[in-house]
Amino acid sequence: MNTREFSLRVNGVERSVIVQPMARLLDVLRHELGLTGTKEGCGEGECGSCSVLMNGELVNSCLVPIAQAAGCSVLTIEGVGEQARLHPVQQAFLECGGAQCGICTPGMILATVHLLDRHHHPTREEIHEGLNGNLCRCTGYMRIFEAVEKAARVMESDAMESGAMESGAME
Amino acid sequence: MRSYPADYELITPGNLDVVLCLLRDEPNQWTPIAGGTEIMVLYGAGKLLARKLVSIWPLPELREIVEDGDFISIGGGCSFTQIGRHPGIQKHFPLLAQCASWIGGIANQNRGTIGGNLANASPAADSAPALFAYDAEIEVISARGSRRIPYSQFHLGYKKTALAPDELIHAVRLPRRFDGALRYVRKVGTRNAQAISKICMAATGNLRHGRVEEIRIGMGSMAPAPLRLTATEQVLLGAALSDATIAEARKALSNETTPIDDIRSTASYRSLVAGNLLEEMLRSFAASGALK
Amino acid sequence: MQKERIIGKPVFRKEGVAKVCGAARYIDDLSLPGMIFGATVRSAIPRGRVLNIKFGSGIPWSEFTVVTAKDIPGKNYIALINNDWPCLADGFVNHPQEAILLLAHPDRHLLPMAVAAVEVEYEKLPSAHSIEESESGQPVIWGEDNLLKSFVLEKGDVDAAFAQPDIVIVEGEYTTGAQEHLYIENNGAIAVYSEQDGLTYWGSLQCPFYAHKSLMAVTGLAEDRVRVIQVETGGAFGGKEDYPSMIGAHAALLAMKSGRPVKIIYDRMEDMAATTKRHPSRARHRTAVTKDGKLLAADIDFCLDGGAYSTLSSTVLSRATIHAGGAYYWPNIRVRSKAWATNTPPHGAFRGFGAPQSLFATERHMDRVAKAVGLTPVEFRRRNLLRTGETTSTGQEIRQQVDLERWMERALDHAGYYEKKARFDRENADSPSKKGIGFAVFLHGSGFTGSGERYLNSLVGVDATAEGRIRVLVSSTEFGQGTNTILCQIAAETLGVDYDIVEMAPADTGIVPNSGPTVASRTAMVVGSLVHSAALGLKQTLIASGLLPEPDTTPYTSEELQNATKIYVGKHGGLRSMSRYQAPPDVYWDDQKYRGEAYAAYAWAVHVAEVTVDLTTYSVTVDDFVALQEVGRVLNPVLATGQIEGGVAQGIGYALYEKVVWDRGLMKNNQMTNYIMPTSQDLPRIRVFFEEVPFEHGAFGAKGIGELPMDGPAPAILNAIAHATGEDFNAIPLMPEDIAERLAVHATTAKEMAAV
Repeated sequence: MNTREFSLRVNGVERSVIVQPMARLLDVLRHELGLTGTKEGCGEGECGSCSVLMNGELVNSCLVPIAQAAGCSVLTIEGVGEQARLHPVQQAFLECGGAQCGICTPGMILATVHLLDRHHHPTREEIHEGLNGNLCRCTGYMRIFEAVEKAARVMESDAMESGAMESGAME
Repeated sequence: MRSYPADYELITPGNLDVVLCLLRDEPNQWTPIAGGTEIMVLYGAGKLLARKLVSIWPLPELREIVEDGDFISIGGGCSFTQIGRHPGIQKHFPLLAQCASWIGGIANQNRGTIGGNLANASPAADSAPALFAYDAEIEVISARGSRRIPYSQFHLGYKKTALAPDELIHAVRLPRRFDGALRYVRKVGTRNAQAISKICMAATGNLRHGRVEEIRIGMGSMAPAPLRLTATEQVLLGAALSDATIAEARKALSNETTPIDDIRSTASYRSLVAGNLLEEMLRSFAASGALK
Repeated sequence: MQKERIIGKPVFRKEGVAKVCGAARYIDDLSLPGMIFGATVRSAIPRGRVLNIKFGSGIPWSEFTVVTAKDIPGKNYIALINNDWPCLADGFVNHPQEAILLLAHPDRHLLPMAVAAVEVEYEKLPSAHSIEESESGQPVIWGEDNLLKSFVLEKGDVDAAFAQPDIVIVEGEYTTGAQEHLYIENNGAIAVYSEQDGLTYWGSLQCPFYAHKSLMAVTGLAEDRVRVIQVETGGAFGGKEDYPSMIGAHAALLAMKSGRPVKIIYDRMEDMAATTKRHPSRARHRTAVTKDGKLLAADIDFCLDGGAYSTLSSTVLSRATIHAGGAYYWPNIRVRSKAWATNTPPHGAFRGFGAPQSLFATERHMDRVAKAVGLTPVEFRRRNLLRTGETTSTGQEIRQQVDLERWMERALDHAGYYEKKARFDRENADSPSKKGIGFAVFLHGSGFTGSGERYLNSLVGVDATAEGRIRVLVSSTEFGQGTNTILCQIAAETLGVDYDIVEMAPADTGIVPNSGPTVASRTAMVVGSLVHSAALGLKQTLIASGLLPEPDTTPYTSEELQNATKIYVGKHGGLRSMSRYQAPPDVYWDDQKYRGEAYAAYAWAVHVAEVTVDLTTYSVTVDDFVALQEVGRVLNPVLATGQIEGGVAQGIGYALYEKVVWDRGLMKNNQMTNYIMPTSQDLPRIRVFFEEVPFEHGAFGAKGIGELPMDGPAPAILNAIAHATGEDFNAIPLMPEDIAERLAVHATTAKEMAAV
């Protein structure tokens, strides 16, 4: 058994796991760290339901060996917001019907956070592109696009109110 | 997940020299892994033959894009997101920036590297056609030193490249002399995003007095390896872009490519559409050329 | 009627907060102490005898639990209709991927290696892999003649109609391919068994009581010793109507033999290759029409490829047969339909359930019939669409106010149809790409066919908890379509309480009554209606006990009703109201002759697709899509719109992207890389419109909505492509390769003819 200790920052908290270096980040999150919000839909980097932010960049965690995530900062859906305090993206998904069966939703929300970090006022084309690696079988994407636009508006006006640009994640 | 993690070793030396020494000292033992977008798919499917992996992600020595006088040098470990976003590449090598944005989805662009794309050497490699069109050079490095290989000599056959087992792709060098060139790129995939290419074509060229002065055409998915259409280029060089020339060029394209039937498409479709892309490219060159 | 507080409002999805927080727990998110993992060894051949099974080296076999057909305590079948679907192959396999044996071990990662190390020796036998091969009877692979089921539906005198003089006869053949559900959550199950507590199965599933019935048969356990609990389900679309009984039985067998809780989760490759898909179909239409475009008769030969076992093929065939006439008035019609066995994993339920297949053929064919008599697709339909008072192909009188012509015009208007048709006709000649616009008009029967709802005999409960909350007790499940939300809306509206205090009881066969399966677009209409009457019953109990005033005289607040329930529960120990299905009067269906009231209600729709056909790559882009639906009552506009948009997206995939590549019954493209569904960059704006003609027997007037949008996109798109290119394509999925082949042939022919 070639397990080793790997440390990484997950949702703002330093975590340590003892696993094989080729354990997938997805499995480490779900099984070692009990963060089951990140899902496995395909295991081949096609569906995006395993999406997380690694050092601020959207990645498919089913394709990241833990050894390459060591020392990195990872944001999962659990770190985006919680029931008592929903992130504007989560609130928008709720209001616009962006989640139906919900299995793609965590990845889709991470992809949205990633998009809005880079484009505060995304056009429809930019939204299509920003979500192009996250498959949804239920919605046909329309409600999701609306949710992204709504979240962008809310975050923009929140930012203007607070006078500073919000980065969109709880760290 | 069909692989047994305990069967695999992955080390992360974090330093290029250490990696190169390892590849020299333990030949044919270690497989480099960059962003993992190919290797980890095989791993998940239980099909990864390599058992010992050495991570070259994110070696800083491989992650730089350097504008160096007449060249832009793209580190082999640069992600396609980095490449597609780089202002210098967008300005001087827009075909490559475009191809970068067509690779997988956003998440795969964040982890897929140009070095990985070339070393994996799929005939459908998305960056390949643009590299032919831009006359790229591949700078490879090993513990023995470094050398440069013209990209047109990089692919030797199906998934076989000129890389020696102890070599890594250090950088892809693109000469900055295409700013005024006519250009064309098109990828035909199974859908608009996250699509393996059925056919891809990229080209740069110049007309002078209505005749083709320079032309470089790269194609993907039309042969066992990405291909530069040298025979087709020969037909075109010095010729005017008449209907007859275009027809002849289509024939030459057909003769020098060997598309296959596979799970995504058919040989006859690829053949037909490749010819259509060629024609579309040539007619667009003729139209732009006429404006000059 | 429209002064409701909650019905018709876009209240939030009941379980929405959990879903957007990633807190919703799907089957692979759950664990039990001591749980081990299961996996399945599957047939590598399409048909033959299992001669020998060897356990290869390199695996610690003594640590494994192994289950074969010999270990099955009860019956070796998954109970559905015919009971011919083996739980585990017993010496003989009939399709690639058929389950032969089961393995379990504590190390999840070891299972795939162990499965790969089991060596099965077969004696291969000839197999059949298409409707044509099966029809030929060479070889016979099921029953006496490969025929799983057949129907004949007849109205009027078809032969006499065809013999009439001065008519036009139009023929056509239309085919549809298999379609993979591609729910983003793969099939999964956890089972645990003890002498004391019996068997419990947690699963990602649509129909807890279907699984309950199947597990009883496989395990031999009594009804009260089997418990099935649906957990949060990540998409289903019919793919988790039948299959969960199989994976649940497998988990149960391993749990019983090992004495440990067992979890089985399929990965994507296994789920795609081994589980059910939409039935491929072939339809042959022969239509008699008068010279001025009035439909006289249809003679339709319709076949499905059912796969290796009969499973649900008879009911899919039934719905396909009844819908084959489409939304038209046929004075005479005959549909001869057959489901054929092939050595493929059995095909199963998939949203639409036979209607997408037969309606594709009919709506494509009608455009061709129109052309044959020199009418536009619009005018032709004006002359033939069903009207109120006319009868369907089963002789059912359309009693509701149906105004298909007006709805058609409304949809065409939204789509800009006339202007675009004319513009495309003008501009296509000089363009390197061709644009087209086409549409489909169709219907979808809500609820179970004929006496099906009577047979289901659904039972629903609404109760009040000691804390003053209201609970809905149904076996109807949520898998994204909005079951939880609309049933709570109905209960809340009926009781006059806040939506937030109403909740769903878990879909647990130990807790809820059997309100029937969550299929057939029956949840809002049938189950919702029972929730409504059960809620009324609860209110009546409170009124009768003097705790609540008659609402007509004195309105009450939500809190007041909640207090009343608390008092009642405190006094009597509980407050529950049950409601049992009662068939609407004058619903008569003849199962033998296939005549009468096939469905209690129909929903209606018009879909309009605008396409561009790129002549360089031969790929088709859908540029705009209008979907207009008449659904009785829109209970929740956000949910309803979402259902239509999602169904249209699946329909676009069905038409243009989703091709299953078969190799003698084995799905070769069983990865998301190679089985192509649309991404966010592939779909047009989908513009949704509703009409409401309330159905008196549906909850607040609602009819079914979930499957309706699946029926329209494929024919609308192919009709648009016919307009764009002048070519009739009659098979889906229609790939660029198919278009290239046809257009290139025609280009060559044109060149050759020009050269002559």
